[in-house]
Amino acid sequence: MAWSVLLLLPTTALFVLLSRFSLFHPILWMSECLSLLTSASAIFSFILLCGVVLMVGFFNLEYYTVVPSIACSKIALLGQVLHPRQFVHSLVHCIMGVVVAWCCAFTIGGRYRSLGHPCTQDESSGPEMCLNEYHLVLLLAGAFIGYSHSLVGVVYNMNYVSFHTMQQYKYLRFKGALPLVVKASAVQALYCLRSFLLLYFFMGYAPRAWICKTLDLSINSSIHSLDSVSSLLDLSLLYHLWISGTFLLLTWYITVLLFRIFVTEVHITPLTPYNASIRPTAFLALQDLALLSQHSPSRRLEVFSLSQPGGHPHIWTALSKECLSLLSDLTERLVAHHDTVATNGRAKSQSTGSNKRSTTSSEGSGSYNALSLSLKNAAFRKCSDFVPYFITPQGALSPGFSSIQSPHVMRRGPKLWSASTGEGQPRGHTWLILPMDYFLTHCCLSLQLPEASSQALFADSQVHIWALQGLSHLVAASFSEDQYGIVQTTLPTILSTLLLLQEAVDRHFKLPHTSSKPGHCSCSMGDDSYKTLRFALRSTLKTAVYRITATFGGHLQ
Amino acid sequence: MCSLALFPPPLYSMNNVVCSLKPHSRQESSSKSAFRDHCETLYTRSAGAWRDAGLSGLLNEIANSSAEVPKWLGVSSSCVLALLRWVSSFHSSLFPHLTLSSEEMTAEFSQVLDWSDCAVRGFAWHPHTQKCAVALSDDSIKIYNPKSATTPTLKHRLQRSVAALQWKPLCASALAVACHNCLLVWHVDPTSLSTRPSSGCAQVLSHPGHSPVTSVAWSPNGPLLVSASPRDTALLVWDVAVESCVPLHRVGGGGVTYLSWSPDGSRVLAATPSSLFRVWETRMWTCERWPSLKGRCQSGCWSPDGSRLLFTVQGETVIYALTFTDNPGVPLMMSGGPKAATVVADLSETTLNTPDGDIMVGGEIQSLAWDPRGERLAVHVKGRPAMIAVFKTQISPAFKLLPCGFVQGEAGTEPRLMQFNPNYQHGAQLTVCWSNGKITHVPFCFMSAGNPQPGLGGSPSFPLTQGRPADYNNQTLYTELIS
Repeated sequence: MAWSVLLLLPTTALFVLLSRFSLFHPILWMSECLSLLTSASAIFSFILLCGVVLMVGFFNLEYYTVVPSIACSKIALLGQVLHPRQFVHSLVHCIMGVVVAWCCAFTIGGRYRSLGHPCTQDESSGPEMCLNEYHLVLLLAGAFIGYSHSLVGVVYNMNYVSFHTMQQYKYLRFKGALPLVVKASAVQALYCLRSFLLLYFFMGYAPRAWICKTLDLSINSSIHSLDSVSSLLDLSLLYHLWISGTFLLLTWYITVLLFRIFVTEVHITPLTPYNASIRPTAFLALQDLALLSQHSPSRRLEVFSLSQPGGHPHIWTALSKECLSLLSDLTERLVAHHDTVATNGRAKSQSTGSNKRSTTSSEGSGSYNALSLSLKNAAFRKCSDFVPYFITPQGALSPGFSSIQSPHVMRRGPKLWSASTGEGQPRGHTWLILPMDYFLTHCCLSLQLPEASSQALFADSQVHIWALQGLSHLVAASFSEDQYGIVQTTLPTILSTLLLLQEAVDRHFKLPHTSSKPGHCSCSMGDDSYKTLRFALRSTLKTAVYRITATFGGHLQ
Repeated sequence: MCSLALFPPPLYSMNNVVCSLKPHSRQESSSKSAFRDHCETLYTRSAGAWRDAGLSGLLNEIANSSAEVPKWLGVSSSCVLALLRWVSSFHSSLFPHLTLSSEEMTAEFSQVLDWSDCAVRGFAWHPHTQKCAVALSDDSIKIYNPKSATTPTLKHRLQRSVAALQWKPLCASALAVACHNCLLVWHVDPTSLSTRPSSGCAQVLSHPGHSPVTSVAWSPNGPLLVSASPRDTALLVWDVAVESCVPLHRVGGGGVTYLSWSPDGSRVLAATPSSLFRVWETRMWTCERWPSLKGRCQSGCWSPDGSRLLFTVQGETVIYALTFTDNPGVPLMMSGGPKAATVVADLSETTLNTPDGDIMVGGEIQSLAWDPRGERLAVHVKGRPAMIAVFKTQISPAFKLLPCGFVQGEAGTEPRLMQFNPNYQHGAQLTVCWSNGKITHVPFCFMSAGNPQPGLGGSPSFPLTQGRPADYNNQTLYTELIS
């Protein structure tokens, strides 16, 4: 947040330079800009802008999510837009848009300077205050852009924070993303401006009349009103509107970008119990697991170690249990989804067949080491006694899940949205799902968005991806690093879970409503990686199975 | 460190021919000349020029058709064109390779010798099974699998001037192909009986400005793919499953020509067209610069444990080595890296006495290949005639290079491309693509353990290879101890 406030300074300076740009008087231009930047009023508006940026940052913090909300139908989307929480968001952004636009108007100066200006209507009545329509247009444009920012944020899930496969330093990530942000804000401002001008052309008289009435200003009849084609196509006006819109969006987008970068930073999670309350902690813990399993032999050693008195692999047991429960959870969800989609009884028989297969496979590979089996039983028995001391599903790895999105809620959410199941309860403590939508979804099945149910099913798959990566890397590393053979005990379970999931994912991709290739989204600033998470999951799953089988090779037979 | 003079003289012998491919005589140029001119409106022509050649093409078209356009438009477009040319000449005086056409650029920076008239433009062994993909000069790719009767042929509208291809590790079916202006990732189901997979099986990955793509490399343990283009200063890191990419920009170099991912996945070598190459560390994606070479880095290869990088420089006849201390998990930060490269072998031209008379061997180095066990190093030497010199290598306890022999084909043929088979059980197997379109396997049989013993280490024991006097086996070309 501090960084975005600091970055506001060069952005504002740039805005001042660009807004007063005049090609033919460079020296005058520069000196004017310098004097403006150092004046007291400029500092006041700068403080105002800082307040706005802090507000935007606060809203980012309040509204962001790591599991995107995916509306399965257009009605549901409408429901999201009209939700009270979202309404507050829009309203505040609207007001902040006006504030920024006022600062812009103030900075540009000239004819935009103030809302009223003295004029003489006719000789008899003397001077009175008239409405300065240029100022009004600028303010309204700010409000419109602020509102559309909030609206577009909902439609394109701008509050969704995604995690990148590649780790990069924060500065480099910011540097890489900055040109894109500038381009995105310029283009977005252009689109917003087009819509705004159309709106103003048709509806412009209403706010003008209202303002005149409330503030007791009169309309200068000697000047043409601005809602005509010729006056709206004034190049200088267009340029100033566009540059103000770009400035507004740029400052906000930079805040969003910095926020995303700082939130998704890798944290090293200790392999001991700890308390956490913020939302992405579970995500960060799993990300850390995936990374440690890949890059850090010393921390892997910690996972493979035995507890000091007792000699039990509690860390590994808790880790694998947590990951496997996540994965089997996903499998269940997929199978349930498939069952509801398939109308005949074929899905049922297939799932029983796969169950049979999994038991045979676990028997087949489980019997190769009697010692490991006995160890496994001992570990399971002892595990419950030592729960408070080590990583447990409730303790370290999933505090986020238990506090914010318990597995039950997560499982229920997509069912609700798939619109074909009858049951489901709205989540009381998040704004993502509304009771209203629940009814609306059932009313209007015909308005279903394609692929949305599939996207919703895999909305939180980033967790599963990391669980898969972490598990498979740990298992592969255990081939050479696991001195006590503790991984072997769970290897059959891991393999059968992975294969069951593989089967479920394969079947899901054969459903008619799921495309087999990731589509491309032209949306500028919204992160659309949640749309492609299922493809990432599929390829990670395949890679994980191959990694384990390629490492153990003939030993699995 | 010593020269090729220590090598046993080569003998001409036949290798086992795997498949023979006829070179195609098709010219790789625009098909525009094959059609008759016909009159189009200026607008149509401009739109076509804009689509084909961008802004400069459009300006050129307008400037050329001065009769049809208003005078001010013609004059201004020729002025802008002149300005553009002046700027681009300034730019390309900094980076001379930018004046090349795309085809020439691919030929220049490809690992294949004489890429443009070579029948085989790319070759890739599958990392886990006995399966290989061969890219031909008619822009098709064939997949050979000894276990199945079908040889799928991959063709795609965008698959033009294939410069490199590589199979995805830890996956049965994905093949990445570096094409003219995009990357293709084919998903060829190994159980499918189709001989002509549809272009729907291919993912197209393209990025503006990233053309021609001359090199691709998969991460050995992950879903990432890096691609390089000599025109694009950024190295692109693709997440193939979701088709998204992250460009990694760094100042200097003017492009990226060749990529090689170390087998342990921790580092990536990225060569540029100027005298500079970078070694990226893949944990946080920071890079080390290696400037002040004599020429550009032509080729490089990693030891199996990723701790040692061998590279060659264009215009020189020596092999350099860099050693990286292995500290995975810790960012590179210039501390784990070496301070200077050492010369480990000199392949300058020497004359060898053979029963058939003296022959010249040695010269500039085209490419390097290290077998997956780290016991054999094949060096593709450009000289006249081009040939492959094979070294025995030893990585631990100290890095050693010993002479092993030469690989030559039939009389009048040159090797164009080579790769080691990652799945050969009895030692190492080098696959060589020859200028006459033949692909041969050269097996090296040895016991993979520590010091090669003279009896066992005397490599190719198969009848198809060259006889090798035993007394050469113990002559060390280079060890870390004496250098």
